[in-house]
Amino acid sequence: MAAMRKALPRRLVGLASLRAVSTSSMGTLPKRVKIVEVGPRDGLQNEKNIVSTPVKIKLIDMLSEAGLSVIETTSFVSPKWVPQMGDHTEVLKGIQKFPGINYPVLTPNLKGFEAAVAAGAKEVVIFGAASELFTKKNINCSIEESFQRFDAILKAAQSANISVRGYVSCALGCPYEGKISPAKVAEVTKKFYSMGCYEISLGDTIGVGTPGIMKDMLSAVMQEVPLAALAVHCHDTYGQALANTLMALQMGVSVVDSSVAGLGGCPYAQGASGNLATEDLVYMLEGLGIHTYHSCLSMLMFSLVLRAYHDLPHPLTCFSKGVNLQKLLEAGNFICQALNRKTSSKVAQATCKL
Amino acid sequence: MGNVPSAVKHCLSYQQLLREHLWIGDSVAGALDPAQETSQLSGLPEFVKIVEVGPRDGLQNEKVIVPTDIKIEFINRLSQTGLSVIEVTSFVSSRWVPQMADHTEVMKGIHQYPGVRYPVLTPNLQGFHHAVAAGATEISVFGAASESFSKKNINCSIEESMGKFEEVVKSARHMNIPARGYVSCALGCPYEGSITPQKVTEVSKRLYGMGCYEISLGDTIGVGTPGSMKRMLESVMKEIPPGALAVHCHDTYGQALANILTALQVVWFVFQMGINVVDSAVSGLGGCPYAKGASGNVATEDLIYMLNGLGLNTGVNLYKVMEAGDFICKAVNKTTNSKVAQASFNA
Repeated sequence: MAAMRKALPRRLVGLASLRAVSTSSMGTLPKRVKIVEVGPRDGLQNEKNIVSTPVKIKLIDMLSEAGLSVIETTSFVSPKWVPQMGDHTEVLKGIQKFPGINYPVLTPNLKGFEAAVAAGAKEVVIFGAASELFTKKNINCSIEESFQRFDAILKAAQSANISVRGYVSCALGCPYEGKISPAKVAEVTKKFYSMGCYEISLGDTIGVGTPGIMKDMLSAVMQEVPLAALAVHCHDTYGQALANTLMALQMGVSVVDSSVAGLGGCPYAQGASGNLATEDLVYMLEGLGIHTYHSCLSMLMFSLVLRAYHDLPHPLTCFSKGVNLQKLLEAGNFICQALNRKTSSKVAQATCKL
Repeated sequence: MGNVPSAVKHCLSYQQLLREHLWIGDSVAGALDPAQETSQLSGLPEFVKIVEVGPRDGLQNEKVIVPTDIKIEFINRLSQTGLSVIEVTSFVSSRWVPQMADHTEVMKGIHQYPGVRYPVLTPNLQGFHHAVAAGATEISVFGAASESFSKKNINCSIEESMGKFEEVVKSARHMNIPARGYVSCALGCPYEGSITPQKVTEVSKRLYGMGCYEISLGDTIGVGTPGSMKRMLESVMKEIPPGALAVHCHDTYGQALANILTALQVVWFVFQMGINVVDSAVSGLGGCPYAKGASGNVATEDLIYMLNGLGLNTGVNLYKVMEAGDFICKAVNKTTNSKVAQASFNA
């Protein structure tokens, strides 16, 4: 096959396949992107050093002030499994809840959901996977059984008027099964959407994906679930996160998960890095002229409220600014000092004066 | 990522992960995994040539002066990875670049493997003659799309620098020695800020016109993003065939791979092909003299990982590149900047 392909002139090879991702398709990037900041949860969860409750609260408050519109706050999971999230109730109750900003929390089961609601949660997140083995090892049941558990949460959330976001782990590869078929990812995503999740985040859990695999996976999922309900969650374990995210944006995805300072490691590859750094993502989006806020209305209201209480410029100025990179860098610097680690964000490394 | 019990580790061994997720080809004719073929993005070049700049651009920006024998061993190891172009050294005055003071010894000391090219930087005619005397068979000249950068870097205007390079390139052509041209600050300048695509095109055209066979467009301070990369390339590709272009991305702001992906995607509608030459440095060697603490070149390992995943042929063995990277990092006593190496060597 390789020899045959070598014989074909380049021009014919290019023309023969019409799924070209050419310059014309690069012009269809979304005009605005919603960033879902997962540092306080996904990031901290995978950090070795346990961070105190006041530090977590301060981090989240700083991220709120940086203009992020969604900040994943904590996880209502047993501290036996995830010690870092042991103070979930105190954190959720302790943070300042800025108007216009969502503070979703992970709820792996009904018990966690009830505790989250009691602590004031208005949005919860459920966590599935496109891999049977990963589901088995992670939550000790099959994918089908996990749907039944999640269904209970979704029903309860619907009664309480609480939004539910879904995660699909291993969307581009699994630490146990290796390759994951795009069809399987589409199947699990479709199930979540039909059960009532308003948004599904497709996670490259071990960061093995590359842009072609991202494209194939999204092509399959987009046939089953509306684009507006999709998000990507790329890990930077092999340095591919931003390139994969760019591919997702080219496909029309407009919600991206990231973590300040690129917090988190990878439990499957010791020494490896974790999430895509929010600072590096914001740098790229700003360079592309893409606005980093979710809804005009929520941002405008947010800025109007701020103006009422603080001495601020005209709301429309706030409205157009989106995420404040400088404040984001400060939040990243704060948490890295608390964790006694270096930032994984290249933007932060470049702007920090040594 | 969900709630992962801390006891779960190393589910896939490093070897298995590389087999499953990467294509490790020993040669250009190696068969592609059919599954990867179907996932190959169309509209991309079949083959991407990697120009390894670690021994020159990488080491040049490292603080620790590396002994000559280490440099030679490093380059010899790189020669065995399948890389077809390895930038060896720079025939520049040791007063300006102490790291490159041993240029003659390095050039004479390396083993020149058949099928591998070993270009060297030659900023002027004197450097060119020394390079040839030392056995160089390919040279590079280094221009910039910014007047201020040109002035500060080589103490002359762009126009004056073109005069000097013309002398070098003409001499090289007389001796049948190919010359490669670099255009620094293609996506931004540490002194002037933004640089117009038209200026980059003008300088590239000059270098191409005087006889450089390939022009490497450098995002010297890594400030570029996919949009600015696209605009710059679309301008340059109006004047220079894409087959004669390369991109040289620094990862100072983490944008390198996204910018490279963009460069690969930018298609010239007449030729139905885009950029297919990318510069990189093993382990992401080099810092940035304009942003203290910042990282440098894009890491060759991470680039190969992406290209392999896209089903693109590079002819380079990722394992061997990682080993060469491990060798040089130990020698300069630094942690690798390659995420692939970080994920793999500690597994």
